[in-house]
Amino acid sequence: MNESLAIRARELTRTFGAFTAVDHITFDVRAGEVFGFLGANGAGKTTAIRMLTGLLAPSGGEAVVAGHDIRTESEAVKRDIGYMSQRFSLYDDLTVRENIQLYGGIYDLPPAEIRARMRRMLDRLGLQRSESALVRSLPLGWKQKLAFSVALLHEPRIVFLDEPTGGVDPITRRQFWELIYEAAHAGTTVFVTTHYMDEAEYCDRISIMVAGRIGALGTPHELKAQFGAASLDDVFVRLARPERAAGAAGAPGEPLAPRGATP
Amino acid sequence: MNALRGLLRKEGYHILRDRRTLMVLILMPIVQVVLFGYSIRTDVTDVRLAIVDPAPDPVTLALRGRLAATNLFRTVAVLPRASELEPLFKRDAAQVAVVFEPRLGERLARGLPARVQVISDATEPNTGVARQSYVAAVIEAWDRERRAAEGGRGGGIQIVPDSRMRFNPTRESSNLFVPGLMAMVLTIIASMMTALSLTREKETGTMEGLLVSPLRPWQIVIGKVAPYLAIGFIGVIAVLAEARLIFHVPVRGSLALLLGEGLLYILVSLALGIVISARTSSQRVAMMAALVGTMLPTVLLSGFIFPIESMPWPLRWLANIVPAKWFVAIARGIMLEGTGIAYLWPETLVLMVMALVLLAVSARSFNVRLE
Repeated sequence: MNESLAIRARELTRTFGAFTAVDHITFDVRAGEVFGFLGANGAGKTTAIRMLTGLLAPSGGEAVVAGHDIRTESEAVKRDIGYMSQRFSLYDDLTVRENIQLYGGIYDLPPAEIRARMRRMLDRLGLQRSESALVRSLPLGWKQKLAFSVALLHEPRIVFLDEPTGGVDPITRRQFWELIYEAAHAGTTVFVTTHYMDEAEYCDRISIMVAGRIGALGTPHELKAQFGAASLDDVFVRLARPERAAGAAGAPGEPLAPRGATP
Repeated sequence: MNALRGLLRKEGYHILRDRRTLMVLILMPIVQVVLFGYSIRTDVTDVRLAIVDPAPDPVTLALRGRLAATNLFRTVAVLPRASELEPLFKRDAAQVAVVFEPRLGERLARGLPARVQVISDATEPNTGVARQSYVAAVIEAWDRERRAAEGGRGGGIQIVPDSRMRFNPTRESSNLFVPGLMAMVLTIIASMMTALSLTREKETGTMEGLLVSPLRPWQIVIGKVAPYLAIGFIGVIAVLAEARLIFHVPVRGSLALLLGEGLLYILVSLALGIVISARTSSQRVAMMAALVGTMLPTVLLSGFIFPIESMPWPLRWLANIVPAKWFVAIARGIMLEGTGIAYLWPETLVLMVMALVLLAVSARSFNVRLE
C-alpha cells in the first residue's frame, strides 16, 4: 500500500437498478493535497462521496481510503475521516459548545482533550464569546467555518467537504478557503466538491465527473492547457455540455460546429 | 459509552429547547384524561324509567314505590306488556326499564325464583351500565330488607336482575377510556415523535454527520429513541395517576405488570416510528404517515371508542394487526378485571412478536443507508 496516497479508487462503480450513477472511476488523491471533485448536478459526485465515506456500498470496483478498504473496513475508514455536507452538520438548537462536545464524544475524545481543542478552535475562529450561543443565531458564514472546524476536531487524515460554501458571499468563501489551506498545510487531505470555478482554481488538482465517469483530471493549469481553454469555466462547460460549448467557446484549431446545427 | 451519553444528552437538549412540543407532549395526556373523562360521564341522575308490570301485586307495588322514592329515577310509564317498551326506547322517552315477572309476589311467597329484568338503553354504554346497576342496587336493597324482616322465612329466594343491553349488544367492549387513552398517548409520543425526530435529522442533514461517524447504527437509534421511551413512560404514569385521582379509575390487577406491558407497547410503537422514518424523508410526510398509519388505527380499531365486535369482518380482521388493540385488551384486563399474566399471555405474546418483527425491520431499514 502506497502510504503517500490518501485515496486510491479503482474501477469504483455504483448502480441503482438499471441506472449507473458512478461508472468505473479510477483516481488517486495524494496525502496532504487539496483535491477538487467537480461535476454537473447528477454527474455522480454525491454517490461517489457516499461510497468513499462508507455511507453507501459500492456495486463494483474497490477503493482504499486513509489506508482502509471501504468494503471491509468501513468502521476504520469512518474513524479517520471528517465530513461536512452542503447543509453543514451542526445542530441549530444546540450551542456552539454543545455541538463541539457532542462530536468530540462521538469520536471518543476524552473530555479534557475536547475542552482543550475547543479552546484552540474558538480562538482561531474568533468565536470565544459565542461559545454559549445557539448555532441558529450565528451568521451562515460562521456556521460553515464552525462546521468545518468541528469536522476536523478529531484530527482526521482526510476531510470530505460536499459543497461547503453554498449560499455565502465571496469574502466569506475566501475566508473559508483560508481555513482549507490551513488544514492542508497541517497535513490533512482535503477532498472538496464545488460548483464555483474560482474555488476550483484554488485546488492542487481537480477531477471533473461527466455522466458517472471522470472526464478530466489534473492540475487546473494542466486542464486549461489540455482543453485549450482560457478558464476552468470553459473546461467545465466543454466537458459537461459539449454540444453547447462547441458553438460558444471553440478554441482555435478546433472545428467549429456549423451555426445551423446548434439549437 | 461516552458517545452514546453525548447523543442522549443532545436529544435531551432538542426536547427541552423545543418548548412548544414539550408542552404539548406533557399537557396532552393530562388534558385528554379530563376531556375523555367528562365526555364519557357515567353519573346517574334523573333517569327516565319505564316499568312493565303485567299483574300488579303488593310486591311489585312496593318495588315501584321504592324506585320512585330514590329520586334518581323518574317513572315515565307503567306498561302491561314488555313489547310496548320498544317505541319508548326509540323515542328516547325511556332510558331504563324494569320488567316484573307475572305473579311476582306469589312466586316469592312459594319460594320460587322471582325474576326482575332490567333493560337499559346502551347507546351510551358506560351510562347504560351505571343506570342498570343503580336499578339493580335499589331492588336488591329492598329484597335484603324483605328477607331480614321475614326472619329467614322464604330464605334463599332472591330477585335475579336479568340484565340485557339494548341497541348495543356488545357491552363487552364498552369503553372504559383509560386503557385506550394510554394507547393513544403512547402512539403519539413513541411513534409520531420518533418518526419526526429521525426525519428532522434527515431533513437538516445532520443524520449524514452521524452516519459517517464511527457511531454504530444501534447507538444512533438508541440515542434517538430512548428519550421518547422515557417521556412515553412518564405519560403512562401521568394518565394512570390522573384517572385515579379525578375519576377513581382503579387498577385492580398488578401495577407492575401494567407498566411492563406499557413498556412493551412503547417498544412496538418506537419501532413503528423508526420504520416510518426510514420510508419517509420529510417531517411533513412522516407526520402524515404516522397519523394515518398509527394514530387512526389506534383510535378507530383498538376498541378504544368503537367496539370491535360490532364491526364488519374485514375491519375485525384488520384490527388484529393494530398493536393498540392488543394493548387495550391487556390494559382493560389488568385495570378493570384484575386479570394476571396467566390469562393475558396470548395478547402479550402477540405484542412481543410484533415488537420483535418491527425491531428487526427497523434495524434493517436503518442499515440500508441513505440513498
